Amino acid sequence: MSVIEVRNLHKNYGPLQAVDGVDLTIERGEIFAILGPNGAGKTTTVEILEGFRTRNSGEVKVLDFDPQFKGKGARDFRDRIGIVLQATSDAGDLTVAETIHHYAGYYSDPRDANEVIDAIGLGDKKKDLVHTLSGGQRRRLDVGLGIIGNPELLFLDEPTTGFDPEARHDFWDLIRGLRDLGTTIVLTTHYLEEAEALADRVAVINKGKILEIGTPANLGDRATSLARVQWESAGTMHEQFTDKPTAVIAKLMHEFTDEIPKLTVSRATLEDIYLQMIGEATGDTK
Amino acid sequence: MNKLPSTVKMGWRRGKIEIRQFLRQRESVVFTLLFPLILMAIFGSVFKGEIAHGVKFSQYFLAGMIASGMINSGFQQLAINIPMERDDGSLKRLRGTPMPATSYFIGKLIMVLASITFQVILLLIGGVLFFGVHLPTSPNKWFIFSLIMILGTGGSASLGVAFSIVPKSGRGASAIVTPVIIIMQFFSGVFFVFTQLPKWMQDFASVFPLKWLCQGIRSVFLPDAFAQSEVAHSWETGRILLVLAIWFIVGLVISIRTFKWNRE
Repeated sequence: MSVIEVRNLHKNYGPLQAVDGVDLTIERGEIFAILGPNGAGKTTTVEILEGFRTRNSGEVKVLDFDPQFKGKGARDFRDRIGIVLQATSDAGDLTVAETIHHYAGYYSDPRDANEVIDAIGLGDKKKDLVHTLSGGQRRRLDVGLGIIGNPELLFLDEPTTGFDPEARHDFWDLIRGLRDLGTTIVLTTHYLEEAEALADRVAVINKGKILEIGTPANLGDRATSLARVQWESAGTMHEQFTDKPTAVIAKLMHEFTDEIPKLTVSRATLEDIYLQMIGEATGDTK
Repeated sequence: MNKLPSTVKMGWRRGKIEIRQFLRQRESVVFTLLFPLILMAIFGSVFKGEIAHGVKFSQYFLAGMIASGMINSGFQQLAINIPMERDDGSLKRLRGTPMPATSYFIGKLIMVLASITFQVILLLIGGVLFFGVHLPTSPNKWFIFSLIMILGTGGSASLGVAFSIVPKSGRGASAIVTPVIIIMQFFSGVFFVFTQLPKWMQDFASVFPLKWLCQGIRSVFLPDAFAQSEVAHSWETGRILLVLAIWFIVGLVISIRTFKWNRE
């Protein structure tokens, strides 16, 4: 059963079409990344799914509930989801432990507060005031508050913006651990390597439209796209795009009796594919 | 599946955490709780004269300070604090949890009530020790005082929530809220004897709750003979309670209708 169903979603702010006909289906237990440049419509889309914003048109079902509905069932809906907003600076005058314990009191079936504090790696910061935490520690606390209610579905909006590489890898481990416990995770990011490292599936979004949805390995026909064979002959570089690189090399082996000079065989990286997609959509020739 | 904790229980938890957060902001604690005492000390030393037989200005001023304390801890505190919470993401984060808005309001009310109670006790101790204020002995006076406290606190807090949508940002909030309060204080008989103010000022102030709050507190702590010196030559107790109750309801209705978790 899918956790999130979105059909033909539209949202505009005045003349600006922030979300322009998005379709999404997100399955239980997967990490789903929404990847796109700043201003692509990632946060708007996610905030509609979370119930923070209303849509102009389209159908949205999250855990079988319409998130913009404010009446009966809205609190039960929020009891089942966890939300990690873009970086905030609130509640600085409480300690880590006070904050987590307090939020546990909002849910019907919260996780054990001390276990959560350990899981987010803030065990030795328990008694520290929130405003004394580093950026990365604060973000971990945000995740702690997102998961304290034991959610089936967790939203992460640009969770690692401003992290150093090591903190980012630790954070990814934390998120994978949650997935392994069965939590469905929807994250937005503008970091390619984050989508590649974490996501089971990626949606690339730009200017409010989904350009493609696929696994990181298959995005943009990456697995089946043409390979590029490069070599040097008579002092100039040659390159050939082919779906049979082995055959090309076999042919080259006849031409050259010795090593083929400067031979490389490569396929497009996710970054190549991504930049190409964003570039085409924006109309840049790149 | 377990049930969600009740709205009241969550409100009580909010109240406790609000008080804890408030106490940790030392400057704001000192300002909110001690400022009226400092003003008392200054006005008490400058204006020593009697304004009527057996009533010193400092006693009159004490009533105004208690009323102002209720406005500062409720209206001012919330009208400044809520826009800041809206800016720093606190409200948005809370909005993402199953906690209902009612619990949030209950928490604010508990915090305001605790702060006002503490402040009133401080002012009364100061008044008795240094300004010759006599605490009333009749239970009836204390009963009226508690009614005024409840209606005044509720009105002050709910109007603070209602006003919190006016400032465009948390930073600018105090620049908008503070002058409103200071003007109200001048017009409502906090810094001057109300009956000595120009008629138009009196009429203007009579629409708003602070004038009635001051008058109500005077009716409890000043000798009954002083009622003759009021505008209507009586305390107008019934009218005071009615006006305070109406403003409380107005505040509640506006806050419920206009309260926003975030700036969309």
